[in-house]
This record gives sequence, C-alpha cells and structure tokens, in this order.
Amino acid sequence: MTTTTGVLRRQPDHTRPALTFLAPFVVLYVLFIIGPAIYGLVMSFFDTSMVKSGLGDFAGLSNYREALGSSDFWSALWHTIWFTILTTPPLVVLALVFALLAERVRRGRWFFRLAFFLPYVLPSAVVALIWMWLYTPALGLLNRSLTTLGFSEVNWLGDPNWAMVSLAITTVWWTLGFNFVLYLAGLQEIPRDLYEASAIDGAGPWQQIRRITIPLLSRTTTLVIVLQIIASLKVFDQMYIMTSGGPNFSTRSALQYVYDVGFTDYRSGYAAAASTLLFVVILAVSAIWLVMTRRQEQEV
Amino acid sequence: MNGPPNPPLPRPALSRRGLLRATLAGAGALGLAGCSTPVGAGLANTELDPGTVEYWNLFGGGDGVRMQQMQDGFRKANPGTGLQAITFTWGNPYYTKLSLATLGDKPPNVAVAHLTRMTTLVRAGLLQELRPEDLARHGMAPDMFNQRAWQAGLVDGKAYAIPIDTHPYVLFYNKDICQQAGLIEGDGQLKNIDGETAFADALDKVKQVTGQYGATHSINAPDTASPWRFFQTMYAQLGGEVLADDGTRIVLDDAKAGRVLAYMRTLTVERKLLPSSIDYQGAVALFANGQAGFHLNGEWEISTFQTAKMPFGMTLVPNIFGGSYAVQADSHTLVLPVQRDQDRAKLDLSLGFVRSMLDQSLTWAEGGHVPAWLPFANSAEYKNLTPQSNYAAAADAAVYDPPGWYSGSGSNFEIIMGSSIGAVEAGQLTPEAAIAQIRSKLSVLANTASPV
Repeated sequence: MTTTTGVLRRQPDHTRPALTFLAPFVVLYVLFIIGPAIYGLVMSFFDTSMVKSGLGDFAGLSNYREALGSSDFWSALWHTIWFTILTTPPLVVLALVFALLAERVRRGRWFFRLAFFLPYVLPSAVVALIWMWLYTPALGLLNRSLTTLGFSEVNWLGDPNWAMVSLAITTVWWTLGFNFVLYLAGLQEIPRDLYEASAIDGAGPWQQIRRITIPLLSRTTTLVIVLQIIASLKVFDQMYIMTSGGPNFSTRSALQYVYDVGFTDYRSGYAAAASTLLFVVILAVSAIWLVMTRRQEQEV
Repeated sequence: MNGPPNPPLPRPALSRRGLLRATLAGAGALGLAGCSTPVGAGLANTELDPGTVEYWNLFGGGDGVRMQQMQDGFRKANPGTGLQAITFTWGNPYYTKLSLATLGDKPPNVAVAHLTRMTTLVRAGLLQELRPEDLARHGMAPDMFNQRAWQAGLVDGKAYAIPIDTHPYVLFYNKDICQQAGLIEGDGQLKNIDGETAFADALDKVKQVTGQYGATHSINAPDTASPWRFFQTMYAQLGGEVLADDGTRIVLDDAKAGRVLAYMRTLTVERKLLPSSIDYQGAVALFANGQAGFHLNGEWEISTFQTAKMPFGMTLVPNIFGGSYAVQADSHTLVLPVQRDQDRAKLDLSLGFVRSMLDQSLTWAEGGHVPAWLPFANSAEYKNLTPQSNYAAAADAAVYDPPGWYSGSGSNFEIIMGSSIGAVEAGQLTPEAAIAQIRSKLSVLANTASPV
C-alpha cells in the first residue's frame, strides 16, 4: 500500500497483525482448497485409480481427450446448463416479485418473509422426499389433483422431457428464499424520501417500481444472478436423490458424472480431468459476469 | 488424549485466560470419555471398543426389520460382545462408502455385499480371504452352502464371501383376484401361465377383474434395477447373454433382446396390462390395494404384503420364452473387509457373527429369501414355510449378473441396462433404439481398462 509516503508513515503498520489474524483461515484454505485443487489438477494427467496407491501411470492429455470425446460427458454438461437456464430466470424474477410484495404488506409482514424463506432451511434430502411424494405417479398429490380436475396425468419424474422441469420446480420452491432475502436487504437500502418525492410529483406505484426500485436494485440483481448461476451450475443433490440422473440419464448433472466416474468407478484420474473441465466452464461464466459488472459500475 | 493440567483455581471473576483453559480441559475430558463412542473414536483415530463387531449392511424396508431381529438374536446369544450395526442406502452409494472406508483404514469388521459386487471388491484388494481352516473353526465348510451361490462367490478358486441367501425375481399374485379371473386351480395354486400368450392372457383376465391393471412392476427412475431384472429373466430364458470375458466384450444378441423388449413394450404401452409409468413404491402400492392382480419384484417385498394383510401367494416367474428355466437373481453375502491389524481374536469375533447370521436363517427366510445355508434349507422347517418354499427352485435356476468391474447389483451396468429397458417399457424408446443405446454406453465401459 502507500505506507511509504511521509504523511502516512505515522500510521501503525497493520500488515503483521492482519496476517496473524488471517493465518487460521489461510492455513485451512491452503490445506483444504488450494492443496487438493492442485493435487486434482496433477491427478488429471495420470491414470489414477482410487483403489491403488500412488498416481498411477502418466496419461498425458488422454483423460481430457476421453472426456471431450465422451457423449456422456457432453450430455451431462448440457443437463447442468439446461438446469441453469430453467432455474435462473424464475429464481431471480420471482424472488424480486415476492420481495416487492412482502415489502408492501402492512400487517403480518414477518409471516410472509418467513413463509418465503422457510423452505431454504430444509436439507436437500428432506426437500427431495417431499417432492418425490408430490410427484408420485397415480397416487401423488399433484397427479391426483390433475385427474380430479379432469386433466390427464403428467409423468413428472418418469418422462425424460418433464424430469428436468420437475427438478427445476422443486429447486425454485426450495432455494427462492435466499435470493428473496438478498432482495429484501436491497429494498431496505433505497431511501424512503425518493418514494415520497416521486409521490408528490404524481408517480403511481407501478412507475415507482419501474423508475426507482428496479434501477436502484441493479447491483443486487447482478449479485443475485451471478450467485444463482454458479449455484445452479453446481447442482447435484436434488438429481442424485430424486432421479439418480434418470430417467434414461436425462437428468444426470456434470457433477454427478464426476462423482460416478470418480467414486463409483474408482477412476480418480479421469474424474479429476472431467471436474477440471467443469471448473473451466464455471470460471468462464464468472469471468463474463465480472466483465459485465465492471462495465455496469463504470456506467453508473 | 491427555488434557492440559488442571486449571488454576478460579479467581472471583473468571479471567478470559482461565475460561479458555477450562474450556480446553473440558474438551480434553470430553475427548477421553468419547473414546468409546464412534464419534470420539473417529476424532481420536482410535479403534472402537475391541470387543465390538462393527457391521455394515444395505437392508431397508422389510429386510431391515428382519436384519434387526437377527442382530438382536446375536446380542442375546453373545451378551459380552458389542454389536454396532449401520445401514446405508442400497446400490452404488453403499459400495462407494464401503470401498472408501476400507481404503481409509476404517472398515467395518463384517459387511454385506452382493455376490455380483464382491469380485470387484476382491480385485481392488479390499476383502480378506476366508481360509478353510478358519471357517472350519466356526463349523462352516463349502459343501454346507447352496452350490450355485458358493461357486459364484469364488475368485481364483478362493473364498471371500459367505452367501446367506439367493434372492430371485418372483411373481406375487393376489389370490382373490386370481380366483375371480379363473386362474386358481383346485388345490389353491396358481395355474400354469407359461408362454408369451398364456402370460399375457392371464394378465388380461386379471385386468378385467381389477378394471385397472393385470400386473405392476417398477419402471421409473431412479429404479433401474427392476426393469433389468424383468428383462434379464426373460432374456436368460432365451439363453441370451450380455457380457463376456470379464466384461471386456459385449455379446448382446440383438434378435433375442429385441424380442424380449418388444414383448415388454406390448405388455405396457400397447395392451396396458402393466402401467407404463410407475415408481417402485407405486408399483407395490397398486398391488397391495388390489388395483393389479400380479406383481413382479424381488421376494423381499413379502413383508410389505404380509403387513398389508392381503391374500397373496408367491411363485416362480413363469417360463415365458420356453427355454430352459432361468430367473434373474443375486445373493447377499457377508464379507470381511481388509483390516490393517487383523489378529486371530478379531477374525474369530467376525466369523462368529457370520455364523450367528447363518444360524438365524429362518428369520431371514421368513423375509422371503431362499436360504443358502443347507442345514436349514434342507430342513422340514423350511419346507413347511409357505409361500417362501414355493419358489426355492429359483435358487438353482438363478442367473447372476455377468462378471465385469462395472457389473453387479445396483451397478453402472444395471443402470445402463435398466435405463434403456425402462425407456422401452415407458414407450420412450423403440427396442432398436434401446439396443443401440445399450451398445454404445456399455462399449465405453467395456473398453475402459479395469481400474482395479
């Protein structure tokens, strides 16, 4: 920093205490994130087997070649991206809509805040079980309701065309609360007097939302979108528990592919290569958003 | 494990330092006390009480209840020995955990493994060989087991697994519904419904009675095992095989597989004798509610239908394609994962537990399984156990999943086969497309060098 300039020299040097306080975190970070990541990267160039000691034979780029040439890898990657496409827009838009509504409620506001956030605290296994019951063919609540109303049954989890949509619906219900809370926090930041002033100028509620609320929430929106995309790209639990990647592999996510080849098939080296490729995809998405946010900040 | 020395006597006001020390001392004491608990032992990386048998299994549902009874039986007979039994989710998740625990030097003393999964575990170096002299000490010898199960469990001529049962795919039938459909003979047994036409006709007659379905069997994901079991039963009756040479070669017979798949599609999609979309629980529930007269499943579901207090019988799956009789099956076995410091006392403790399970074969057979322990299987006690003994012949016609590092119960092989077969039954794939998919997905695994 600029501690060398004369004026600031009198300020105490905080570097050492800062490092001391950071040390526990840095040690854990290196031990459990950086270290394994480097080990994984190294492993991806070897034919490592989980049940044999050591790295195994050097494989060069053959693991990467195999992954890039594998239709299973590409379809799993596409499933993850398709899931991200299906979940991100509703999770952003609905969270904003519900946050706006919950904010406008005059009485019992706590109840609505709690109601939207509550599903988020449930563990994935519980959510999966609840929704598997709802989706059960013939006997489940959803299909019973549909047939009672005279519609034909939907094969929620059994039809390859529907399964991902069903998983997306479950996920939206489950994780909406997180984005909802971020938006609620964003709404608190908007100064009240802006609304008062605009009301005096004759702006209606709809105009206020369009001209004041949404523009002033743009930073929150960017944050919500980036976090949501990354969270959706890392999907694993719901699919693993509810469909195990089926029917007919139509919901196998990229992470489950890595899990399947790495742990079930014992092929750690190949799995490391596949997960490195997934890492590159997530990194690329994050980079795009970083660039866009920078531009946004410059414009503001 | 020693905590720091006793904290100094607390001064009137507890200082920050004092509080910290007291906390540490407390944690130390907790740790000491925790040695006998699994969490404590895990944290301290010490062994669970040496006199305790740690036992892992994968039994849920009715099987889980029976296994608990047998564990209680062991506890009663061995009051001095502790038993810690843990149940995990069936299939790949279970074997993944068992492998990782053994690799991490924290294996259970005894574990359940399917016969068809055991070879891969042996090749990965995760299981102990069971030497004849050790087995003899506990009164076990090769000729005391069902030979089909015992032989299937040998790797390079050596034993690594003690089979406790054979669990074939069977046919459940609702006695009342079948009676109304005219399918019950004078002696109260199900009429012969062998053959493609006869089986479909029987389902049709039952469908007239129930007004909904003739039979049910689970099709939807995540259950891929059920479609595979039904397919394999009929495909093996045609003499078909899928893999050869330890899984390195695909020998799928397109004509035979196509014939079986077309028949399955006829039953579900075209004639709607079976639901074309139903999950495992739903298939069981429809049969239990009398909305179908037949149910195809593993024999273990017997407990569910007994609890439902419904009039049901069990018999062999008919010989639909008329070849020599065959039925998909597997065996549960007990195995001893490799321990870093295995001594004879520990070995005897584990083998004693294994023997105790065999001695309780009656309880296990009541749960539907065909006993592999001949002293019980040949007894009058078992012969009088109905409907369980009605399908005992299935053990000798058992067709196990083909050998291969990616094969066996709940394996990638079954997931690939079952996904494609289930898609045909659901009307989502044609038999030809399913066969093409099976070939392309299996060839990836067949061409991958075995990781073990």
